Amino acid sequence: MAHKWEDTAFKGPMARAKGLGSAHAGLHHWMGQKLTAIANIPLVLWAVWSFASLAAAGAELADVQAFFGAPAHAILMVLALASIFYHMALGLQVAIEDYSHSAFKPVFLMLVKLVTVALFVTASFSVLKMGFAVDVTDMSALVQQSM
Amino acid sequence: MSASQLPPRPLSPHIGIWKWSINMVLSILHRASGIALSVGSLMLVWFLASAATGPEAYDCFIGFATSVFGQILLFGWTGAMFFHLCSGIRHLIMDTGRMITIPAAEKAGFFIFVVSIALTFGLWGCIKFFF
Repeated sequence: MAHKWEDTAFKGPMARAKGLGSAHAGLHHWMGQKLTAIANIPLVLWAVWSFASLAAAGAELADVQAFFGAPAHAILMVLALASIFYHMALGLQVAIEDYSHSAFKPVFLMLVKLVTVALFVTASFSVLKMGFAVDVTDMSALVQQSM
Repeated sequence: MSASQLPPRPLSPHIGIWKWSINMVLSILHRASGIALSVGSLMLVWFLASAATGPEAYDCFIGFATSVFGQILLFGWTGAMFFHLCSGIRHLIMDTGRMITIPAAEKAGFFIFVVSIALTFGLWGCIKFFF
């Protein structure tokens, strides 16, 4: 059997160079899955450790809001959410492609993307809201300090 | 001859036919834990959204998270997270062409189970007793 990188009578040099096979897609999905997998290792470990610390300290609402008030925490959390939800969308897509035999399969595939984006936006907005919630008195203190 | 009159086509063997092997268990659990974690992401979104909303929403979340059912869910998702993490690292190693033999899979499988269970109990032990 001819491999996809070999020239055949039916496949020209361009198709061979692209190397995408009959599905005409896949490399981008694979790279996205792997890059977010690598990014997830430090980001998820940081997030889980942070939540565990907050939980163990019996954190009140003010403590959680103060935690995400720190720019580094807000930035890391949004990065973690982006990597987590992108990875999740790709993973669920493959699971549906492999196991769903329903007539609504294309609808499920679209729903996964839409719901994942909605979850990412909701979570990120929440983090940013806490991140930007700077007390006005603190702001005036900063301005006075800089003058 | 219409399609309904044809003899049934042979099917490839399904899960029930295969003898369970470590590769199979790792592969199935990697997907299962990934799907479980996708459901668990709802809890993460709920936590962040409730903290950004206010005291009532946050108390509602904490009420659920600290309930027995909530704690069981969080413990399960912690286990799924550590398993998916360890198993995912194995996948990244296999992508480089290493550890793709059956003996390597058996060793890796043992390592993944021991480490992910130890990390899960370790983290919860830290939360409950040491912090």
